[in-house]
Amino acid sequence: MIIPLAHILIFSLLLFATGLYGVLVRRNIIGILISIELMLNAANINLIAFSKSTSLSPETGQIFAIFVLAIAATTAAVGLAIVLALYRVRKTVYTDEVHLLKW
Amino acid sequence: MNTVESLKYFIPELILLVGAFFVFTIDFFVKNKRIVSGLTLLTLTLSLCFVKQPETALPLFYDFFHLDNFAHFFRYFALIAVFITLLLSYSYTPIRNQYEGEFYGLFLFMAFALILVATANNLLMIFLSVEFLSLLSYLLVGFLKNDRKAKEAAIKYLLFGSVCSAIMLYGMSLAYGASGSLELSTIGNTFFFAPFKPLALVAMLFFLVGLGFKISMAPFHMWAPDVYEGAPTPVTAFLSVAPKALGFAILFRIMAVGFLSLGRPPSLILTALSMLTMTLGNITAISQNNMKRFLAYSSIAQAGYILMGLAVLSKLGKESILIYLLAYLFTNLGAFAVAILVEEKTGNEDLAAFSGLSQRSPVTAAMMAVFLLSLAGIPPLAGFIGKYYVFAAALQAKFIMLAVIAAINSVVAAYYYFRIVRLMYLTPASGPVFSAAPKSITVVLCLTLVVVLAMGIFPSFFLDRILS
Repeated sequence: MIIPLAHILIFSLLLFATGLYGVLVRRNIIGILISIELMLNAANINLIAFSKSTSLSPETGQIFAIFVLAIAATTAAVGLAIVLALYRVRKTVYTDEVHLLKW
Repeated sequence: MNTVESLKYFIPELILLVGAFFVFTIDFFVKNKRIVSGLTLLTLTLSLCFVKQPETALPLFYDFFHLDNFAHFFRYFALIAVFITLLLSYSYTPIRNQYEGEFYGLFLFMAFALILVATANNLLMIFLSVEFLSLLSYLLVGFLKNDRKAKEAAIKYLLFGSVCSAIMLYGMSLAYGASGSLELSTIGNTFFFAPFKPLALVAMLFFLVGLGFKISMAPFHMWAPDVYEGAPTPVTAFLSVAPKALGFAILFRIMAVGFLSLGRPPSLILTALSMLTMTLGNITAISQNNMKRFLAYSSIAQAGYILMGLAVLSKLGKESILIYLLAYLFTNLGAFAVAILVEEKTGNEDLAAFSGLSQRSPVTAAMMAVFLLSLAGIPPLAGFIGKYYVFAAALQAKFIMLAVIAAINSVVAAYYYFRIVRLMYLTPASGPVFSAAPKSITVVLCLTLVVVLAMGIFPSFFLDRILS
């Protein structure tokens, strides 16, 4: 059974919207980082789906998706490192308690 | 061009990479960090020596590293920016004994990342190089150990940056879906066909989010003041210049190659964003009390002016961006050099530390005045030449409204730049005379001052080189 492209695109859009919603409403920084991963994965699904339907060069989309996975991993590593460093000095991982800098 | 053939054009970047790894290794064994810092400077100088202008556009590494004259300009730009920043950080006490060697090593990678951004020509390389640049920036912002402000700045930068680049990636996946290719030129050709126009517009907006974050464009500028205030001052100086300039470079490439066929709409969107950016930056800058925050808002406003050159999307627009960026590089780094000097001597980041600077250190105050006037765009200084070209580009393309708004904004900007000048010259000093400035800061100050004056007085020398 072949899933039509439109269905996959709607699914990825929903996934992207879920991620964006999570970023906007979450207070916990770890939660925000997870939501960002969702957004990246939505783009990945798009890339894979398109790579199947275009005739020009199907492999480029898949290669791009693999690179995105690697980048997502590095972002998570750097992100969690910074969260740990923040927790050490501020004893919090909630965005609304991180408010030293403002105008 | 295949890998082996490309290598001989890739020598400056190879030197940077080898130097970076070498610095990290040496840093383990050497106690005296002056040696490490010397090595980083040596690497950069070597790399600068090997930079050669390509005769034609070279598609290195199967066109994954597209070296044309535009990219060549930014190679110099990136290396000079990193060089000056390193000189500034040598005399910045807070990073002493805080993994100082790693700090310098990261800057060598930063130079490499900047060059990659300038030469990126397809979606994969754009995404990878921009992410590379962002990751390094997050690390450098949060570099100071046990510094509450630095960590907060780093986390804000990280969250904001990751979300923006995730949005840009989604836009990239749409552009890939429409054209079936990652090459910008193929994407540009696809978008000529009418059915793809709406999709192209959506993809462009997604790109604007991701790169608008890098250049601190108006709706995505909120991170800038916080990050600039929290980061170590040399890093702030660097962030306000280099990643922003490269953001403009890649945004221009995307607009000019990928989305040229859209016609009027991108120009209109960019015009609106440009007005918004400069107005917001200028109005908020007026009420700032912290020097780094003040310079942050001023740099947001400057991004608005540079966006004028981008909005017209013409040849003159491109040239005006390059000229403005070069003038801005030296002016802003000079202003930050003075800010670092004052912070070192008084231990205070507030504007109040500048009061009576003309009595405490007449030379420094005079230099700061020159940099501020150049930022305000007063002739005969570098900033004036940049502004002149940007306005010329806007007027040539009949963007009268944009030029008028920008002119009004320049007046507002002049007001708050002169506020600092007044503070330095007309208020009584609050402390003793400064002791002698550290050597590296003196070097930076002299260099930037000479270039700012030279660019204003003999602009043709610089213009010929930039435009060739």
